[in-house]
Order: sequence, then structure tokens, then C-alpha cells
Amino acid sequence: MAYKLIFKDYNEALKQNKLLGLKCQACGAVTVPPKMVCTRCTSPELEIMELKGSGRIKTFTSVYVASEGREAEVPYIIVMVALGEGPWIMGNLEGVDPAQAGMELIGRSVKMGHKVFPGDKYSAGEGARPLFSLVK
Amino acid sequence: MRKVAVVGVGETRFSGTQEKTGVELFAEAAMEAINESNLKPKDIKALFVGNVLGDFSEGQGMVQAFAAENIGCFNVPANRYEGACASASMAVRDAFIWVASGFYDIVLAGGVERAATMGTALATRTFAMFSDARYEYPSGITFPAVFAMLAHLYSDTYGIPLEKLREQMAKVSIQSYRHGSINPKAHFYGKYPDMPVEKVLSSFMVSSPLTLHDCCPFSDGAATVILASEEVARKLTGKPVYITGVGQASSGPLSNQDEFLPRIRAREVSAKQAYDMAGVKPGDIDICELHDCFSIASLIAAESLGFFEYGKSGEAWEKGEADIGGKIAINPSGGLKSKGHPIGATGAGQVYEITKQLRGEVEPERQVAGARTGMTDTLGGDGGTLVNLILQRGW
Repeated sequence: MAYKLIFKDYNEALKQNKLLGLKCQACGAVTVPPKMVCTRCTSPELEIMELKGSGRIKTFTSVYVASEGREAEVPYIIVMVALGEGPWIMGNLEGVDPAQAGMELIGRSVKMGHKVFPGDKYSAGEGARPLFSLVK
Repeated sequence: MRKVAVVGVGETRFSGTQEKTGVELFAEAAMEAINESNLKPKDIKALFVGNVLGDFSEGQGMVQAFAAENIGCFNVPANRYEGACASASMAVRDAFIWVASGFYDIVLAGGVERAATMGTALATRTFAMFSDARYEYPSGITFPAVFAMLAHLYSDTYGIPLEKLREQMAKVSIQSYRHGSINPKAHFYGKYPDMPVEKVLSSFMVSSPLTLHDCCPFSDGAATVILASEEVARKLTGKPVYITGVGQASSGPLSNQDEFLPRIRAREVSAKQAYDMAGVKPGDIDICELHDCFSIASLIAAESLGFFEYGKSGEAWEKGEADIGGKIAINPSGGLKSKGHPIGATGAGQVYEITKQLRGEVEPERQVAGARTGMTDTLGGDGGTLVNLILQRGW
């Protein structure tokens, strides 16, 4: 059975600031990132949909110790965002000083752009991730 | 199903960078367990070995086959288990199932890792391989970052001001350091018997709000256990420790665990399996070695295992309820925080500690008096793999 929305296609869309997911034709739930079956009811009857890319911050951290090869990126903020359509997604947050990031971020509305991780020797190529910014 | 007992255990010291190879470390722990069990290598019918990153730390894959040959268990089936930090617990659980089924009478299970040997940068990179490589690693996720986000979420979910929560987390690290300081097998043996809260809070920030002293170390080490059927066990030892309950469960990427967080659903599924199988309740557990890879991880684990109410673990630690002599003795070994975390061996190290505790064989200062029922809790990745084991005295 063919995979409906593979990483390569999801990634190409994200690089155009389009966040793709899958809408279940059986129960209506939205699955992001794409999987073989609906993450709620396990139906394989899924249609590709574009999400708005907006939501609210559920949690965050400012990272000061990086993985090998990513030392130049610190400090940076990782967030988990509850998208308007329901699913949570991981990304980075720009426009906030990591040293100043505090609990007041939780619940803030964000909109989405993207940033590409160019990949390293372990990663089988590049990968884009959502790059969020606060909605004033 | 047959009853299955732990008849012998072995463990190297958990430590910083070792000069010994992975095979050498495993062999030392394995021979200790074999000797303690009054067995010979030829008696071992299969070897189940947790090893996560040997490929990266010393360019060694398939360590289990070389380990088997090295200790004289010639030509036995040898399996490697990889479930990130829960690998050795997976190995022990599978060994249990094979012996319980009657297929084997005696199996050696355990694990080995040289996480410290990799150094912080490579270890941080490779540990991040247990998050979703395509959908989460591009964000720069690291293991401290996973639990740092859970700490902020915990604070928000249960309405505990972050400064208060950070003090409670510090108390978790301080208790673990104290236990580990008197455990000769511990990475931080002889260090930090009485660390002040201020020192935990003011050490350097790894991933906010987690400081260095909220995080476990990268450790080298090995641990092994020998499991035998009840019939064999009774011939070998007067102190068989029975595995009476086992559980294991899995989950997808962290962001797909969404609304259940900061609780870890796989843990609650796994723990229920173990409790139901053993026919015991959280209140029956005298001692628990749980997966405190970070201070906040202890609070989350103790609640999902049913020892304390959700959002109340921090208070329990503050009151000493999680200490030796308290409501339940949590991590009297020092836990991952202080005993150390050689990830492929950690779960077997937990079984080592529970077995020694139930037998009454640990240092008097950290012996849990009269302990009859113990539990282990091992988490792999960000909840991707969870294993729980319940062990009880057989005498």
C-alpha cells in the first residue's frame, strides 16, 4: 500500500512555508506529520490537506548545549505548538532572546515560517522545520 | 508459564571514560553473575544484550556475539536489543519470557555502553537519534531539551510556579547524589554527599530550566543478570528473586504524544501490565529504581507509576517520602543521576540494585530495611520505549 505523503514531499512543501498533513476520511482527525494511518482511528483513508501553520505555544526551552556539528546554532529556542487544527508540532521560535524566554511564552499565538537544517553525515539529507514567530 | 528467578547479578562500576572495551566491560559483569549463580559459561543457553551506540563509541556492532564467545558461551544464540535507554530492560524482559515459556532454562541478559567515551558533542548527537530524525531533529532537539520542555509543561499543567518546581527538582538531584555518594558502583561515588540547592540552581544551564545538576551523566559500564526457571533456581540459590510482573510499551514522536504530556502514556500502559501480572499495587512496592535521566523525569515517573498524585511528587521529595525510610525508597542506588547512565546497561543495573536490596546485600547506610517487593522503570527516548519489571523475594 503506497504511503500517501512521504517526508520528501512534506519537506518540499514546508520549504514553501506550506504545512501539509493528512485528513482522515473516516473520522475527520488531522494527522501531522504524515503517517500511514490516521493517528486517532487508524483508518488508511487519508487525504492530503494544507494546515494554516498557526497555533499556540504549549511549551519551550532555550538550548545551550548542542549536538556535534550544530555548536554554532546555540543558543536557540525550541517550542511545541498546538496547531489550530489540533495536532502538536515541534519547531523553533525566532524574535525572542533565548536568555529572556520565560513561562509567559506559554499560550502565546504564533505564525509559521520555516528554516532548513542542511543535514549532517548521519541524517540522510536535509530537513526543514517550522520556524515560528509571535503574533503581536 | 513457569516462574522465573534472578539467580545471579553482576555489574562493573559505572563511570566516566573507561580504558576497557565494551566486550571487556560486559565480560567482567557477566562472569561476576555467572560465578555468583554457581554456574559455568556452558550452562548459559542464550545471551540477550542491550547495546545502543557501540557502533559510534568504538566502531563495534554485533557486540553480543563477541561477548558470548569472549566469556566461553560458545555458539549460543546472542541477541542485541536497542530501545535507547531502555535496551537492557527489554533484554531482561525478553529473557524472562523465553525462560517462562520453557524454551530455555537459563539465560544471561544485560547490557553494556561506553556513552562517556563518546564525549558530550557526539553523545548529544547520537542520543538525539532517539527523537524523530526527520520531523524533530531539524529543530535541534536534544535529550535535555525534551525534558526541559516537559518541565515547563509540568509547571504550567499543575500550576506550580517555575521557581518552586526548580527547587523541588533540585531536591531530587540532591537525594540521588547522597545515595550515589555511598554506592561504590556509582559514577559519583564519594562525591556530592550534601549538595546545596543553590549549587544545583546556579550550575550552568544546559537547556532551560535544566542545569547541569538536573541532568544525569554520560557513563561507561555494564550490568548483567542471570534468569533461571524456578526448578533450576531452587538448586542454585537459597535466595531466588522472582520476576513476578513485566510490562513494555511504545509511543511515537514527542509532539504526537501531545495532550497526554507531561505524562508518558507508554509508561502507564507498561506499568499497568506489570502491576496486573504481579497482582500488586503501587502501595505494595517497597523500593523502586526509576528512570531519572533528568530531575523532572523522576517527578513525572513517580506519578505515572502511582506512587504520588499528579503534580505532587515534588512535595513528596521535599518531605522525604521518596527517600530511604520514606513512603517508598526511590533510587537508593543513586539512580541515573548519580549511579550513572551507560544507556545500554542501565536497566540491568536497576535489576542488579533491586536484587541486591531484596537480598539485603547493599551498604548498610542505603539498605532499605525489610524490602520484599521492588520495581524497575526504564524509559527509552522520549517515551518511545518503556519497560517495567516487578521483583519479589522468593524466600
